[in-house]
Amino acid sequence: INPQHLQPVAAMLGRIASARRLMAGAASARVRAFSAPAAASAAASNKIEVFVDGNPVQCDPGMTVLQACALAGVEIPRFCYHERLSIAGNCRMCLVEVEKSIKPVASCAMPVMKGMRVKTDSPMTRKAREGVMEFLLVNHPLDCPICDQGGECDLQDQSMVFGSDRSRFTDNLHDGKRATIMTRCIHCTRCVRFASEVAGVEDLGTTGRGNDMQIGTYVEKLFRSELSGNVIDLCPVGALTSKPYSFTARPWELSRVESVDVMDALGSNITVSSRTNEVMRVIPRLHDGINEEWISDKTRFAYDGLKRQRLVAPMLRRSGNLTDSDWPDALHEVARRLSASRESPDQTAVLAGPFADAESLTALKDLVNAAQSELVCTEEAFPGCTDLRSAYLMNSRIAGVEDADLVLLVGTNPRYEAPVLNARLRKCWLHNELLVASFDLSYTYDHLGDSPETLLRLADGSHPFAKTLAAAKRPLVLLGSEALCRPDGRALHSAALQLSELLRQKMKAANPEEADWRVFNLLHRVASQVAALDLGYRAGPESIRAAKPRLLFLLGADAGLIKRTDLASDAYVVYIGSHGDNGAAIADAVLPGVAFTEKNATYVNTEGRAQQTRLAVSSPGAAREDWKIVRALSELAGAPLPYDNLNQVRARMAQIAPHLTRYDSVEEANYFSQCLQLAKSPGDAKLDAAPIRLSLMDLPDFYMTDAISRSSLTMAKCVQAASKPTKY
Amino acid sequence: MMPLLDLAQRQHGGWLPISAMHCVADMLKVPRMRVYEVATFYTMYNRDPIGKYHVQICTTTPCMLGGCGSGPILDTCKRVLGLKPGQTDSERLFTLSEVECLGACVNAPMVQINDDYYEDLTPEDTEAILMALKRGEKPPKPGPQSGQDWRHCCEPKGSLTSLTEPPKGPGFKVLPEL
Repeated sequence: INPQHLQPVAAMLGRIASARRLMAGAASARVRAFSAPAAASAAASNKIEVFVDGNPVQCDPGMTVLQACALAGVEIPRFCYHERLSIAGNCRMCLVEVEKSIKPVASCAMPVMKGMRVKTDSPMTRKAREGVMEFLLVNHPLDCPICDQGGECDLQDQSMVFGSDRSRFTDNLHDGKRATIMTRCIHCTRCVRFASEVAGVEDLGTTGRGNDMQIGTYVEKLFRSELSGNVIDLCPVGALTSKPYSFTARPWELSRVESVDVMDALGSNITVSSRTNEVMRVIPRLHDGINEEWISDKTRFAYDGLKRQRLVAPMLRRSGNLTDSDWPDALHEVARRLSASRESPDQTAVLAGPFADAESLTALKDLVNAAQSELVCTEEAFPGCTDLRSAYLMNSRIAGVEDADLVLLVGTNPRYEAPVLNARLRKCWLHNELLVASFDLSYTYDHLGDSPETLLRLADGSHPFAKTLAAAKRPLVLLGSEALCRPDGRALHSAALQLSELLRQKMKAANPEEADWRVFNLLHRVASQVAALDLGYRAGPESIRAAKPRLLFLLGADAGLIKRTDLASDAYVVYIGSHGDNGAAIADAVLPGVAFTEKNATYVNTEGRAQQTRLAVSSPGAAREDWKIVRALSELAGAPLPYDNLNQVRARMAQIAPHLTRYDSVEEANYFSQCLQLAKSPGDAKLDAAPIRLSLMDLPDFYMTDAISRSSLTMAKCVQAASKPTKY
Repeated sequence: MMPLLDLAQRQHGGWLPISAMHCVADMLKVPRMRVYEVATFYTMYNRDPIGKYHVQICTTTPCMLGGCGSGPILDTCKRVLGLKPGQTDSERLFTLSEVECLGACVNAPMVQINDDYYEDLTPEDTEAILMALKRGEKPPKPGPQSGQDWRHCCEPKGSLTSLTEPPKGPGFKVLPEL
């Protein structure tokens, strides 16, 4: 929302957008896997029959031979082909014989034709693969024993299966001494295509020609992308590997646990790999509804923050300093305070931070409610009414942006608040002619203004963009949660709801079959928020400030929103959490909890999908699972909570909000017009004239946003690198 | 992009600095990397400073075999200029490059000096051309030199070896039933 963004764009946008789109997607103009829905809607009789090794397969027109073979259950070896990138056809590993074709054909780039007979295991195919493999290996260093990709290397695996056992080349110049990493590159250009198509950073390319061709940036330059780490997974060989992970482990020594990311509110699916009780790396896991197969760099690289600044023993403040204690002492001390504060109502409060899981939120809420208090709050503000879930969810779901034809971003910069969602928006911008209105993103957009007033002008039609908005067939309003933290957040929320409802009614009148389309969407910033609101937490710390409680539990609340001065003078602050950050600094008692890799816990992402993280490594030192700490505390305070194990906690969770234990399903949220009425009801809420300012506007802002990433050395290095001015 | 890069190279004394590539990228509104890719792919874009006269000698097989062969020509160039292929002299007057086929095989051996082809070369011709350039004189006319008796162009030596009779009329060698 720089003033410089104010100048654009309206008239020229159409032209520039289409030109840039053409350039960005020049190679991807071919038939793509994800344009398949359009093809699927065509009549089923349009299918083409082809034969793979004699077996008939029904394919959609426009499919490639490689995809047809996959349908028939035959996997064709490939290096350059990737489902989510454009087709390059340059590695030649996928050559297959097609009857009546004198040469083998590159199956990844060849569309199917009626009656085609593909032979995937004929002598010609095998010879072609052996030949390609021989060429690839001519210039490939034989440093597999020291290469990080060893054990999960496509080149290694495929040369074992499809390669020959000897080479005709004798002038192999690799003596194992020249271990520059890019000598391992086989020029598949997956990273180049990822950078320009998915990440939107056109800084990678191929320079030179023939034997001297190199993949790189040509000039010394940082790959300035919040998604850069994904090239590690894309690289079929060991040319691009993870720097923090380098030389630390072998893939076969790692134990893998399927988990969920908590660094943003998307809940990207991840695999946590660990060895000897230490998280070695985090890699993405496929989930088409959420992250496809990408994750952000913070998700991937912030794991070293899980090993630093950890709270490993209970601590009590004695004569001004926090000193080590043990569990019995610490719990008794806190329980004594709890017993005292529950004598009078609203003297006990909870402030939940970004990584709080649904189990501990439930336990703490039960504990505090039993102490005659309703002061259960989250750090992240949300001004509207939380009675109806549609007010605070991403109602059209993450995958829903693919069906939208216009996205209006209000007070959010998804590029840094939810990079993986931004990659999806960019994909739609590239391929579905999606029109986006807002801020600094990895694609073109209309900047409509930075004043909240714009929303009202869009609604009453006085804004020049209102016409485009009204003409959209499936518009989508994406409201960022950070903008709602403003003093006029409530009015902003209501204005956005109002605009969405207006668009929805208009759309419904225009084409009734689209009546189910959800216009209003909220993009949260933190992983805990949706579960907390589902469980009945109040958003924002205001009610705590107003009530000045005598006992405050900080559940991983590290944003520093509540200060000592906001509380009663004799207030006692208990910090339950994993990292020694802002929260622990002001606490009187510190009870060490665990991080998301050390517990089986429930998180609900911004679209309302409950998912669980799983225990990958055991907790450090004396740290215990957060809900167990709360349970122990309740016992000592003389009012034990009615659950003793995880299943019982989850049963309690399901009592409050049943969808919290229906994992990986999204509960529909509706009642938009009622939601709007609730949001409107105060009547007096006025929009501020002040422009909306966001905190994450540039790459250096992105890396360190919470206790885990602030403790991460890798993230610190990223900030340093991204802040450095670049020469080119 | 390629004509613009060529223009930039001509305006900048025969080579393309990175800033010139950036300028082209800005003019075309394409990412800089796309320009780097083109500029590094094509060998006729020079990315290092170059002499006033860029002597490119073809040493591909036809030039190696035709006339006196490219071997003696290359030796002459090296001797006269005092350079090895790939080098530029200290006054930045000459750069000598060994290049692949320049498409003048019928007039082998040949060198290209800046935009001009000198063909049908002998070592003496080569020395004369280079010395003239060195002295700052007007060099001999480009095209075939003395090596094959001053051909006009790329016609056969001596007389025509084909197309020697008047053209046949319509219907020549057409099947009678047609």
